[in-house]
Amino acid sequence: MNQHLSDKSGKTELRLAKGNGVDTGVAVSFTYDGVSYQGVKGDTLASALIANGVRLVGRSFKYHRPRGIFTAGPEEPNALVQLGEGARTEPNTRATQVELFDGLVAHSQNCFPSVKYDIGAVNSLVSRFLPAGFYYKTFMWPASMWMTYEKFIRRAAGLGKSPQQQDPDKYEQLHAHCEVLVVGAGPSGLAAAKSAAASGKRIILMDEQSEMGGSLLWNGATIEGKPGVEWARQQVAELKAMPNVRVVARCTVTSYLDHNFIAAAERISDHLPLSEQERAPIRQRFWKIRAAQVVVAAGSIERPLLFADNDRPGVMLSAAVRTYINRYAVLPAQEMVVFCNNDSAYATALDAKRAGAAVTVVDLRSSEVVNASAAATLVRDAGVEILAGCAIAGINGKQQIRSVIVQHLSGDKRSLSGEPREISCQVVAVSGGWNPTVHLHSQARGKLEFNNDLQAFVAAGNVSASDEIALMNPHLMSGACNGEFDIAACLADGWSKGLQAAGSSADSSSDSSEANAGGITASAAEADGLCSKVAALWTVPTTHEIGQGSRKHFHDLQNDVTVADIHLAAREGYQSVEHLKRYTTTGMGTDQGKTSNVVALAVMAELRGTGIPEVGTTTFRPPYTPVTFGAVAGQYTGELFLQERTTAMQPWHVANGAVFEDVGDWKRPWYFPRGDEDMHAAVQRECLMVRQSVGLLDASTLGKIDIRGRDSAEFLNMIYTNAWLKLAPGKCRYGLMLNEHGMVFDDGVTTCIAPNHYHMTTTTGGAARVMGWLEEWLQTEWPEKQVYCTSVTEQWAVTAVNGPNARKLLSKVTDVPLDNEQFPHMSYMSATVAGVPARIFRISFTGELSYEINVPARYGLHVWESLVEAGDEYDVCVYGTEAMHVLRAEKGFIIVGQDTDGTVTPYDLGMDWIVNNTKADFLGKRSLSRSDTSKPDRRQLVGILTDEPETVLPEGAHLVSAVLEKPPMPTEGHITSSYFSPNAERSIAMALVTRGLSRKGEKVTAQLMDGRTVSATIVDPVFIDAKGEHLNG
Amino acid sequence: MFTIECPWCGNRDQSEFTCHGEAHIARPLNTESMTDEQWGDYVFFRKNTKGIHYERWVHAFGCRRWFNAVRNTVTDRISSTYKPGEKPPAN
Ligand SMILES: [Zn+2]
Repeated sequence: MNQHLSDKSGKTELRLAKGNGVDTGVAVSFTYDGVSYQGVKGDTLASALIANGVRLVGRSFKYHRPRGIFTAGPEEPNALVQLGEGARTEPNTRATQVELFDGLVAHSQNCFPSVKYDIGAVNSLVSRFLPAGFYYKTFMWPASMWMTYEKFIRRAAGLGKSPQQQDPDKYEQLHAHCEVLVVGAGPSGLAAAKSAAASGKRIILMDEQSEMGGSLLWNGATIEGKPGVEWARQQVAELKAMPNVRVVARCTVTSYLDHNFIAAAERISDHLPLSEQERAPIRQRFWKIRAAQVVVAAGSIERPLLFADNDRPGVMLSAAVRTYINRYAVLPAQEMVVFCNNDSAYATALDAKRAGAAVTVVDLRSSEVVNASAAATLVRDAGVEILAGCAIAGINGKQQIRSVIVQHLSGDKRSLSGEPREISCQVVAVSGGWNPTVHLHSQARGKLEFNNDLQAFVAAGNVSASDEIALMNPHLMSGACNGEFDIAACLADGWSKGLQAAGSSADSSSDSSEANAGGITASAAEADGLCSKVAALWTVPTTHEIGQGSRKHFHDLQNDVTVADIHLAAREGYQSVEHLKRYTTTGMGTDQGKTSNVVALAVMAELRGTGIPEVGTTTFRPPYTPVTFGAVAGQYTGELFLQERTTAMQPWHVANGAVFEDVGDWKRPWYFPRGDEDMHAAVQRECLMVRQSVGLLDASTLGKIDIRGRDSAEFLNMIYTNAWLKLAPGKCRYGLMLNEHGMVFDDGVTTCIAPNHYHMTTTTGGAARVMGWLEEWLQTEWPEKQVYCTSVTEQWAVTAVNGPNARKLLSKVTDVPLDNEQFPHMSYMSATVAGVPARIFRISFTGELSYEINVPARYGLHVWESLVEAGDEYDVCVYGTEAMHVLRAEKGFIIVGQDTDGTVTPYDLGMDWIVNNTKADFLGKRSLSRSDTSKPDRRQLVGILTDEPETVLPEGAHLVSAVLEKPPMPTEGHITSSYFSPNAERSIAMALVTRGLSRKGEKVTAQLMDGRTVSATIVDPVFIDAKGEHLNG
Repeated sequence: MFTIECPWCGNRDQSEFTCHGEAHIARPLNTESMTDEQWGDYVFFRKNTKGIHYERWVHAFGCRRWFNAVRNTVTDRISSTYKPGEKPPAN
């Protein structure tokens, strides 16, 4: 067995002298599965591994079969590697797309303990217990069986491992606009970009590879008398020099969304040496592009042939072999067999032969067809043996191919005949034809049609002017992805599509005359036969019936699905494409079946005796290749993930040890622990101090809306349930807002500042919703009303001063009289506080004497600090939202969204007093008398006192009338608020209980999650100061 | 993600807008005299049109103005947008 170990220069037996995309003079070191290797500059991880003779790169998903590198591009189903280590590790990267850099570390996936000795390979031995539909059948078994299988399935299901640490890299999102986006910089993409760019319009050209040129990097074509690769470099240089053109390499257009919204992921530093990656300002950029027109020049992807043992390491797509030879200067093996059903593989045979390999061609087509092929003739003349009308019947060698067995096909091509012949080789290059890369067209909701010459799906040619879906995403398919495989025709197609996309061509019909090609002349390499004359033989027979012997025909290498699985699905009635796909998991891997979908459809069509399009097509969904989450998130991580809102007093809160809670986007002080107090101790102390002396609360986050205009009072009268027409300037009023269903959705105090001028407050979380609600009615229903709403939440900083000493404290820093006569409860005054202009509202959310002091936000911290200082002699307490919650619950004040949940009317809250039924109308009024809203057995808000005063019920606990032996028990309602109240010296709770308002004094039982039951009594939800005397201080 | 023509701002990204269902449902003026069924129709029942649908949108993360749009619910094509109070265009 050959050991292809590299020396220090990266030279190996399989490394050729030169390739179009590599510099064989510059060595690059990397580690794979713990072994150090040398590659060369320009290598991918895959090409470097092949150069080092590493053929086995992974274990398959289901059966843990040994697998090797299968392709040279994004369609790779096998060579998925875990790239990097620690926080930078990335699973499921395709080795065929990973650019080699100094210090690269990669590991194979899905194998334990190593890729060569894999314990999971035992699945292979039990493969007949893992047929198609295995998962569905398992899920339908009794639950106990699932428990047995779960461990096994979970271990088997994982591909790579996700990183455990935070991503250390930076990403960014970028928005861009252009008249023409060209996707793909192969020959037709470059031609399209050139012709479109001449218009002077904004052009973006994107290509996923490290170097632009697409197939020109390996196909040996000649354009304008020079090698295609040189022509491509010249075009790229010229395009880069144009001010209206953006040329972006290493950028995969992943998603095509409505109205030509395109997402693309650009890899900026992934290819740099590790030390430079760590210093890179941006790792990847996520483009969001709105393009007027898109030219899709995405090329095509070769198809495999479905023959026995076709998953063995060393079976590769024919063009991949050619790519490794011509672009990467790597000869995949010294002995190769090329196995094909079309002319396009002959160039691979010739290139391999010229690179020094011993080559044999096995062609499924008859000798008449092969003898008529110019490409075949050239290859034969070069000394390559061609076995026409033959098939590979099987492969010898499991971890590495030793030889293939070739036999003649019988007349009907369904079986084999003649003497088997063994041919020694290490690589089998297969070509089953080509699939135009229609993924983006499909994502753009474009339709496909089946092309019989190509035996492949192509974009449907004619779009009718009434096809709104197709017209929504204007794009043009160009080159190979449009089913065009001739190099000159590709260039012509690109040139004409570029003109058309830029609107420069009056004649939109594409014709491939030289004039339309912008005068570009081109010819393909010798023996580069077109992908035509494709023989539609989908399942290559072997020595036994499908599914009856040990040789398997794989069509989906990534998800480990075989032709036998398709047969089983067909037998069990899963014959439509959507059923087939889900039942067998075909095409559901990370590669989305780029090499497997069409062949799976073809096999099903064969079984059903119908055409491929009758079986259906599969819908390609974004992204084209997987995108790392970091790129999608862009810069919006950490502090930028969600906007954080803080009040003017935030510096004081931080300096004084506040513990914060999130309320919407706001950071609000939750409590202010003193010494080694825990939360409970701090909250209990804060609640006591407020009622005993005085407390300060930062209430700046309350929503505030400034309302002005002639019709403001009338508007408020419609918005709130109570009467607003006669509220005098200087007076405040509490209001409930209902939606049209009659359900409470916000509450707050609104004050008449002056005639036709109001200051509305809303809940902290409801501010934006209320603002939107007001605007909606004003703009859509009552546009004639003169009312103007302005959100002023951020403009005012608010300090609530609560407690019996509130008046004494405030009088030290203000100039207005605060006595009950001149400044009664529910009134407002304009004043000076701590030397700055202020609005003082005498309103209370604690039931204590209370003033809410609003000052312009820029004075907020100053006024707060002045009040804290003035409060010193009263042992002032600064308290947070938790104490605020307890204090309001002690008085039975509701919190909308906690004690209500969108199903609660004012009557359910026992707040009949706030509903003014003498008003002709208000929003939601009519719903309050609907049969359902007015029925007697609704859930109603009550107080709950546990028999044991120390027991605090959990919020959400359900209440029952009778405790049954075990659940379920009919619920009578649930606890909405529950605290230990230091002022009532016991636990208190509020609950929504069926018919609760008429059940005061009755017993209920709370049924807890841990099985305990707690007995309690339904009471009035006012737990202290029932007469409301504290309000006056 | 489509683009939408705000009658005030021009063509903007869909992410700037929110949709609020069927348009041209006037709030009844005689709410007191309506039956439960009539009121229920106004509050709860909306068309579920396949095809041309007149609907309310608001440029929530833009000018915050409301407008109406004519959208084909099958193709998502928005054939026109117009201000509240304006007559719906004939299709
Ligand atoms: Zn707008």
